[in-house]
Amino acid sequence: MEQIDLKNLLSAVDVPADWVGIREVSETHTPRIVRDGVPQMNASYTTQGLMIEVLSNGQFGYYGTPNMTNEGVSNAAQKAFTQAQLASKHAAFEFSEDARPANVGNYQSPFVKKKDSLSPGELNKILLDAYNHLKVSDKIVSARALLQTIQTMFRFVSSNGSDISQEFLMLEFDLSATAADGANQQTRTFGGMRGNCLQMGMEYFDKLELFAQSQKIGEQAIELLDADECPKGEMDLVIASDQMMLQIHESVGHALEVDRILGDERNYAGWSFVNLDDFGKLQYGSELMNITFDPTLSSEFASYAFDDGGLEATKEYLIKDGVLKRGLGGKESQIRSGVSGVANFRASSWNRAPIDRMANINLEPGESSFDDIISSVENGVYMESNRSWSIDDYRNKFQFGCEYAKLIENGKLTKTLKNPNYRGISNPFWNSLKMIGNNDTFSIYGTPNCGKGEPNQVIRVGHASPVCLFENIQVFGGA
Amino acid sequence: MEKIFNQLCEGFFSELENDESLTLSFAGENSQFIRINNASIRQTGLVDDANLGLKFISNNRTCEGSITVSGDYDIDLSRGKNEIIRMRSESKEILEDPFLVMPKNSGSSREIINANGLEFDRAVEALLPSMQGVDLVGIFANGKMFRGNANSLGQKHWFETESHCLDYSLVTPERQMVKGTYAGTDWDQQSYESYIKRSIEKLELMKRKPMRIETGAYRTWFEAKAVADFIDMFSWNGISEASLQQGCSGFGKMRHNDVRLSAKFSISEDFSSGLVPKFNSNGETGPDSLPIISNGILQNTLVSSRTSAEYGVSTNYAEDTEELRSPSMTPGDLNQEKVLSQLDKGLFLSNVHYLNWSDNPGGRITGLTRYACFWVEGGEIVAPIETMRFDDTFYRFFGTELESVGSKVEVIPDVLTYGQRNLGVVSCPGILTNEFQLTL
Repeated sequence: MEQIDLKNLLSAVDVPADWVGIREVSETHTPRIVRDGVPQMNASYTTQGLMIEVLSNGQFGYYGTPNMTNEGVSNAAQKAFTQAQLASKHAAFEFSEDARPANVGNYQSPFVKKKDSLSPGELNKILLDAYNHLKVSDKIVSARALLQTIQTMFRFVSSNGSDISQEFLMLEFDLSATAADGANQQTRTFGGMRGNCLQMGMEYFDKLELFAQSQKIGEQAIELLDADECPKGEMDLVIASDQMMLQIHESVGHALEVDRILGDERNYAGWSFVNLDDFGKLQYGSELMNITFDPTLSSEFASYAFDDGGLEATKEYLIKDGVLKRGLGGKESQIRSGVSGVANFRASSWNRAPIDRMANINLEPGESSFDDIISSVENGVYMESNRSWSIDDYRNKFQFGCEYAKLIENGKLTKTLKNPNYRGISNPFWNSLKMIGNNDTFSIYGTPNCGKGEPNQVIRVGHASPVCLFENIQVFGGA
Repeated sequence: MEKIFNQLCEGFFSELENDESLTLSFAGENSQFIRINNASIRQTGLVDDANLGLKFISNNRTCEGSITVSGDYDIDLSRGKNEIIRMRSESKEILEDPFLVMPKNSGSSREIINANGLEFDRAVEALLPSMQGVDLVGIFANGKMFRGNANSLGQKHWFETESHCLDYSLVTPERQMVKGTYAGTDWDQQSYESYIKRSIEKLELMKRKPMRIETGAYRTWFEAKAVADFIDMFSWNGISEASLQQGCSGFGKMRHNDVRLSAKFSISEDFSSGLVPKFNSNGETGPDSLPIISNGILQNTLVSSRTSAEYGVSTNYAEDTEELRSPSMTPGDLNQEKVLSQLDKGLFLSNVHYLNWSDNPGGRITGLTRYACFWVEGGEIVAPIETMRFDDTFYRFFGTELESVGSKVEVIPDVLTYGQRNLGVVSCPGILTNEFQLTL
């Protein structure tokens, strides 16, 4: 990629704006897929460009451009300035430079082995070997191994002195096996919905028991074909970490985004059951519930040092002992709402303006071991790995489906169950949290596909959680 | 943009060596986005973007890459050359691809839809005055979009259009909403103002106190927008031949067990509107119209050339992802004016929200009511309903429970802007079902 001097570009901007910022993003993602023994994809996609933002009469205007010359940036700044001026007569809020705090610093993803330490040929071999272990029987009609590396370079300079550089190396890995007998079809994956997403280098493969993991996924897909349907009824529900991540994402993370609460998202992603005056008061969940915004957890997918508005990122409790304390709002939302927030003003790339997003939103571990949790349940279900998700526009009524479940009878895991689903309403659901797993049950996951915003943006988020027990939940099976 | 694309095609193809082939796929836009909250401007700006995808085949291997097109020929040529060198090197060591889809020259095309659109600098004053006095939230997207495709055998396609779209919600103080989408090519200020005025009039109905509905089965009328959302689900583990072959399709019952939908349900992939490019990302052009389900019977799945090579099924030149790009559902005979009387007692759902397969092999879809959804009794709207979750199979609401299909077809634009502004449309009428299951 071409090297550019952002400070030089900033100095070329000549508009009478109150503030100017330039954000450069260069990103290469390299997906490789082997399905059914054959390469489906060996690709390397690169995007690079600049977002020029100006503030005039209290209104921000922006111009996203791939033209990274002095002339291109100067032209972009002029047009962004014109848009800001025209819009300022109808501005939703009058901002000052305070919305873009000045900061200087850098961040580098933790990794041991570089992205290129394994060649394309070696990576194809890893994926093919994984496929061969997924295909445990002829009843596996399709199996797939996927690896994607993402390398992102982010720089931000501004007229009030910000100079931030952040470099990320990320990795997504997934395994999937589908067993079928006519229209009876069951799919098992490695953590559900590409949940294995981390900031890490190629040392990932040194620790992964790839072949054993692949074989287990293939065997469980076969096992599900003849499994009993998940029972229907109100019962105790134990949720594994790879489903808890989705539960946290949909019924806590999105609900706490302050721009949603302020109504920005009502035409697309929706509103929230949380109101501004709930902060500091609302009993969001049981006293066991401690939710953090944690950009500092090493290797989690959305760790960083600064958000895209230049605000320094620190670990903060959003929910402490079940009580709502703080919102997912960046500097703009903090100014608009008066609610305490975090550094989560993020954009999907150079061609989108930042908005309030999740980053790493985690449920802090508790005291109970996995065995303690299971042995406490007389009649219930244990569910792993998300396969279906849906929640209303206020983040109240949710329904989630999982890939794999076990019946819990008299404190023991017994029969395997297929098509497990559960539904509930966010606030009473979290207040039914009865036991929370300890550090041994705590795992880090994430998702590359969180959608929100107008224009739409998809962004990467991390979620870490222990295993949890919820009581009296509506559970049911397939069609 | 077309000139830039043509220059880069020439430059990149001249870099190829013997027995190498290359397909280039271009997507670009010059867009304006105005984000609105409470009839005021929340965020505003412009985006120029252009991406060039490269599919390179050599040594029986396929490699893909992409670059951002900066507009500076030397920079872009250098980026493309570097990608070709990378892919050439990689093609010597990755796994062999037994299902190569080699490019062909099946003829070129060029389609440019010129419009008298709304100038960027006029947009704020054209849009904002009409919406004052109501709580309007949404997004205005405006400007040109470009799609191109060319391959090293000389085939070239170009598609260029200009459009605008205000996708919005009107909200009452009681948090009830009405949805609207004003979209087109030429800007007509009077037409826009009338459209907004009609939306505001609809909002009056939403001021009635919302009713709480019990879970259970209800007679239900779905407006066209709701039907379009269900049809969109066919593109996700549904109508794709690869999905069926790989055991992850809701259409398995139709394929394996000869289950049929209602004889009143027919849908085809239809490019006759001209709103969507006919060529796919490989530069292939399929039939103008392809029947998918006719009178309830599965006629064709979407088959890409790669799926064709892998499973020995004839291709219909679907996109690699085998998604519907321009679906069109056949209208029925239920006149829009008679919808309420025919429904008599039940639910009138204008929109649905956050659909997902809750049991993909069983064809079961869960989701929620959203916007302008009403309880109807005696053929008259009683009140809006509180948000409800549903969970039911399309084998019922497009099959055994489908009573009537509306006679009026609506063309619903794809308003999504992930990465870039989308170009798709769904054409469909509303439907009346005997039963629809609400679960929470």
